[in-house]
Amino acid sequence: MTPSITELEVGADDVRIARLAAAAVGLSLIDAAIPMPLPGVKPGLANIVTLVVLARYGWGAAAWVSGLRVVAGGLLLGQFLAPGFFLSLAGAVMSLAFLALARWLPGRLFGPVSWSLLASFAHMAGQLALARAWLIPHDGVFRLVPVLALAALIFGIINGLVACRLLLDFPLGKES
Amino acid sequence: MTLAADMTVPWLRLIRPGDWLVILAAASAVGVSFPLLWQGGQGERAIIRQEGRVFLEVALDKARTIPVPGPLGTTVIEIAAGRARVASDPGPRQYCVRQGWLSRAGEIAICAPNRVSLAIGGGQSPYDSLNY
Repeated sequence: MTPSITELEVGADDVRIARLAAAAVGLSLIDAAIPMPLPGVKPGLANIVTLVVLARYGWGAAAWVSGLRVVAGGLLLGQFLAPGFFLSLAGAVMSLAFLALARWLPGRLFGPVSWSLLASFAHMAGQLALARAWLIPHDGVFRLVPVLALAALIFGIINGLVACRLLLDFPLGKES
Repeated sequence: MTLAADMTVPWLRLIRPGDWLVILAAASAVGVSFPLLWQGGQGERAIIRQEGRVFLEVALDKARTIPVPGPLGTTVIEIAAGRARVASDPGPRQYCVRQGWLSRAGEIAICAPNRVSLAIGGGQSPYDSLNY
């Protein structure tokens, strides 16, 4: 076998991000397997990982984990480059944008529950905007807003609480 | 900090003061958005036709009654906030009167004997016409 010309240095950070992204991908597979009454309503369990990574390792790592999760999750679910993939990507990009802003909130008053809610509503808004612009070019999609917003509220709070608990139960360096 | 000790922290304690504000804001946003479920397809104007030609097109924002002359007599159209109906019609079967109030875009009441129709138009009509 010809030896590879390029040599990739794998640092501790890379390994950690890969490990966390794998956890996120696993959760998004579970997510997809949970039956839901309406298309578009999902618990978004993988976002728990994003929140934990954001709290522990900062926004850059959270963006990596989230991006890898969207691409690898899309490949595993057979959605890669299909509409579902782009919806997922739009949601992830919007959530990350709002999480970047959420980091400026004073930590004493606002915790992962706030971040999670901001991210879940941003996620919904991003997906709806893309759906309206591209998949269903009719204002009728906005009639789904109440149902989607209610789901974003409920799952946003639950995911935020789970992230809080994980951060408490697994102090720094023990998350693997 | 041990795992066992942390599990005793109740879930509610994990929510910080500001988090409550965010939850409240999000919940009220959900509450405000709920009427959207029923508002879709709301009509904006009434289109009254006589002999197939548009007789009058009026917005549904203020109450008024409009008499429309036809071959059998006068059909009276009533407009009220956001809706319209055929209040009376000289036709024998009164189908268009019994249809009652119309408010969604695409709905139509036809008084065929008197050749008058009342249709509701909206910004984006979900259907070409709705009939009962």
